[in-house]
Amino acid sequence: MSRGVPTAADYGLAVCHACHQLARLPADGHGRCPRCDSALHLRKPDSISRAWALVIAAVILYIPANLLPVMETDSLFGAQADTIMSGVVYLWTSGSPPLAALVFFASIVVPGAKLIALMLLLVTAQRRSTWQPLQRAKLYRVVEFVGRWSMLDMYVVALLVALVQLKGLATIHPGPGAIAFGAVVVITMFAAEAFDPRLIWDPLKDRHDRDSPRT
Amino acid sequence: MTAPRLIGCHECDLLQRETDLPDGGTACCARCGAVLYRRRPRTFDRALVYAVTAAILFVIGNSFPVLGLEMNGDTIETTLYSAGRSLYDQDSRFVAVLVWVTTIVMPGLDIAAMLYLLLPLHLGRRPPGVVPVFRLLHAVRPWGMVEVFILGVLVTLVKLAHLAHAIPGIALASLSLLMFAIAAAASSFDDHEFWLRLDRLGAGVPAGPPAAGAEARP
Repeated sequence: MSRGVPTAADYGLAVCHACHQLARLPADGHGRCPRCDSALHLRKPDSISRAWALVIAAVILYIPANLLPVMETDSLFGAQADTIMSGVVYLWTSGSPPLAALVFFASIVVPGAKLIALMLLLVTAQRRSTWQPLQRAKLYRVVEFVGRWSMLDMYVVALLVALVQLKGLATIHPGPGAIAFGAVVVITMFAAEAFDPRLIWDPLKDRHDRDSPRT
Repeated sequence: MTAPRLIGCHECDLLQRETDLPDGGTACCARCGAVLYRRRPRTFDRALVYAVTAAILFVIGNSFPVLGLEMNGDTIETTLYSAGRSLYDQDSRFVAVLVWVTTIVMPGLDIAAMLYLLLPLHLGRRPPGVVPVFRLLHAVRPWGMVEVFILGVLVTLVKLAHLAHAIPGIALASLSLLMFAIAAAASSFDDHEFWLRLDRLGAGVPAGPPAAGAEARP
């Protein structure tokens, strides 16, 4: 990488968060995008602390989301409570291993991996690490893209609750885990949105400046 | 011709010069690889066609049942709306609202905002209130999850398969196509190009016949 890579921030220019227009930021640091009128910032304000707060909330909720039942079935054969994991096991044993693997991936692996990835991004950004910035930038893109797929189980529960209302035979109710699970999905999406990926690249600047003072 | 404009990467803040792209080209950030802008032939015509298609599919997808369950001659059907409704009635209001918002409200707003921006543009006019609508479009987009819902329907079909006879509804087909239409409209609609077009409209290019301004492109 070449020395002294020019960034917009070096020149007091802010990239609008909404429309990506380049705009000069007034000296007091508060300005509005001349094109789309969004608030301008060099970096998202309080990005790291906001993202941490949301990640910690999601980590806490991840526990009840996986331990409490998301769905309760009352049938002739008695009542049964299903957690996300038991739903996966049910799919597996009832003859659709590929679908079971998919649900396992979307509902258990993705939220967990997303939280770990966000924590990794936050810790490295906080320590102003210059380690593998391109890989971390890609990781951030994956985190942004993949989070939505965790909603899968919410939709399955909604459809089952709506359909399986067979008087006296079987009824399905949503369980308390569903709320926690839905909250994890929403909160991690906000956390990814709160994190500013430019913080991955900013420390490189410091190192360049230290190694080769600009003339 | 003016000097090349500068562009700042929205992901890593690298300052770069804009270059002219060939049709179908994509400009990526030299440092982090983020997509900066694209050049698509007839980008807004395409986006408009996909957005209109999406609007029609959205209406069909919301008017007909997504899934039906047949047992002892009785059929229970659920639409997109009633799937959330039964959760709401059973006091799972948060999850119900989440389902409604991600499958109905957000995709609906997405399509409406695109039509609102693209129709006047097609007629060579600057849509009033373009700024808030543009921002709405971007705020709304990550929360529309039709494609995830479709996958949810497929999982439900398999789960119900040996409990009773599950019947895929008309809306399922319509929503499956909707997921492609929304994705196609979103990828045809280039923000960078959109603002350039608006600037050109604002800069005294007559708002009358759109053909003159649209064809004579360097």
